[in-house]
Amino acid sequence: MENNSPDQPASSARVRATPSDVALPDHPNAVLSCDNVDVYYGSFKAVEQVNLDFGVNEITALIGPSGCGKSTLLRSLNRMNDLVEGARVAGRVTFMNEDIYGPGVDAIEVRRRIGMVFQKPNPFPKSIYDNIAYGARVTGMKISSMDDLVEEALTRAALWDEVKDKLKQSAYGLSGGQQQRLCIARTIAIKPDVILMDEPCSSLDPIATMRIEDLMQELRKDYTIVIVTHNMQQAARVADRTAFFTALPDETTGNRTGVLVEYGKTGQIFGSPNDKRTEDYISGRFG
Amino acid sequence: MASLGKIAAQGAAATTLKSQNGGEYSVRAIGFLFALWFSLFVAVLFLATLIIVTLIEGTPKFTLNLFTEYSSATPEDAGARAAILGSAFVIATTAVLAIPLGVAAATYLEEFANKRRWWNRIIELNVQNLAAVPSIVYGLLTLGLLATLGVRSKNLVLAGGIALALLILPVIVIATREAIRSVPSEIRDGSLALGASPWQTVWRQILPSSVPGIATGSILALSRALGEAAPLLLLGALVYVTFDPTSLTSGFTTMPIQIFSWTGRPQEGFHQLAAAASILLLVLLVLMNGVAIFIRNRFQKRW
Repeated sequence: MENNSPDQPASSARVRATPSDVALPDHPNAVLSCDNVDVYYGSFKAVEQVNLDFGVNEITALIGPSGCGKSTLLRSLNRMNDLVEGARVAGRVTFMNEDIYGPGVDAIEVRRRIGMVFQKPNPFPKSIYDNIAYGARVTGMKISSMDDLVEEALTRAALWDEVKDKLKQSAYGLSGGQQQRLCIARTIAIKPDVILMDEPCSSLDPIATMRIEDLMQELRKDYTIVIVTHNMQQAARVADRTAFFTALPDETTGNRTGVLVEYGKTGQIFGSPNDKRTEDYISGRFG
Repeated sequence: MASLGKIAAQGAAATTLKSQNGGEYSVRAIGFLFALWFSLFVAVLFLATLIIVTLIEGTPKFTLNLFTEYSSATPEDAGARAAILGSAFVIATTAVLAIPLGVAAATYLEEFANKRRWWNRIIELNVQNLAAVPSIVYGLLTLGLLATLGVRSKNLVLAGGIALALLILPVIVIATREAIRSVPSEIRDGSLALGASPWQTVWRQILPSSVPGIATGSILALSRALGEAAPLLLLGALVYVTFDPTSLTSGFTTMPIQIFSWTGRPQEGFHQLAAAASILLLVLLVLMNGVAIFIRNRFQKRW
């Protein structure tokens, strides 16, 4: 097997033995689940038949080549896809056993409980303080002190020491990595249960990436994290479980539809994948 | 090495880099350049002539009297006080009517309208078309509206404001839509992902970020309204006013109408007054455009 060679990224992942890998239950204790989920844009099926359980206080990575629908799936987990005209979800996405697309479910409440961090840092054109306070203000959170909330969120996002003297300054003055941590802090501030991250480090340098990854390890104690990443090493470093997606062309139309190929503990996915396609991808032979 | 040799051979074989037909300095290129310069020259010449003639003719009459005196039968006693105040009243009314409506309409079209619905597409198309409708048509529309309502005297500040507001509404809608569209979708996504409703997102993120664009567009639209005479003439705006406008139902005249009226008089003094009022109007327009440019540069968002 080629991926036994020490040069392969897959084997470096295998060496990594995180404590969580050992303690991880065989089946995730799901807080968020996909049950036969298809996502459509108009008549185009972007993702097909996904069954996935995201375990509570686990980090789950979604990996796969471009166009495999991993970001699309992520955005359907907190109804951000509602904003795309023509987007539609079939099947069930359940959060704490409640169908988030069910009748009477408020998409705004869904997004409050399942937060999201985006690919490009997107601070609001406001002060650092107001960026953090925004979520609490718009959702009408009952809080005793906004100052405390801001401090707590920034501290948890490992940003407090860097910005405590310039809370009233524009968030645009921060570096890219700081902006992304600000966006994470802003998400934590509304106290969600799940944080979805859509390639959160793709625009950051390695140092800033490392800080975000460290932060994720801290946050997993209290939050369930789902991260989409192009970077397999990142998935191997941070994720408890990994789901590998690929895109299959439709025989008649040629449209590529994303499918879930394999899902398991990160160590298993990178060390001894069951599917040939997973193995090919993680050993860098396609994608 | 073999490939290097190949490249060298190609270099030698290639024709020279010298132009085959004169390049930048060919007769055609120079001729075209002169044609462009000529066009520019004609445009600037007319503008410059207009401004210089107006300045020469109007400067002697550009005195305090212009601002303090009412219309009069003799050019020596006449001033544009009523017209200046009338313009201010009408433009203020226009702004109050047109800006909130225009911004609201644009917000609906950009943020809430489902663009797949045929009625929204028709509305969009029509807003574009309305911007090109001749201003006198809006005067007719207002006239019709007032007649339907049974208003007898149509020379009201409010009526003038309505006509001009209708005129600039499409311009404000288009400018606002442009400003809203320039707010990156990441901001929208970020707000919604934090549990804000679409309404809160518009109110707290989109509109505040669009204010510079909206302000710029509105000022330019208002400066157009300030120079309009046709729709107001249709409403029977007075040309001989010896009182200040005091309310929305006052009779009024405006600066373009006053200029129009003075120009039609036989006495040379009135022509000079018209030129002086034109200078004032020009200064106001330049100032308004200057403010618009200032706002655009000062508050330009660097996303």
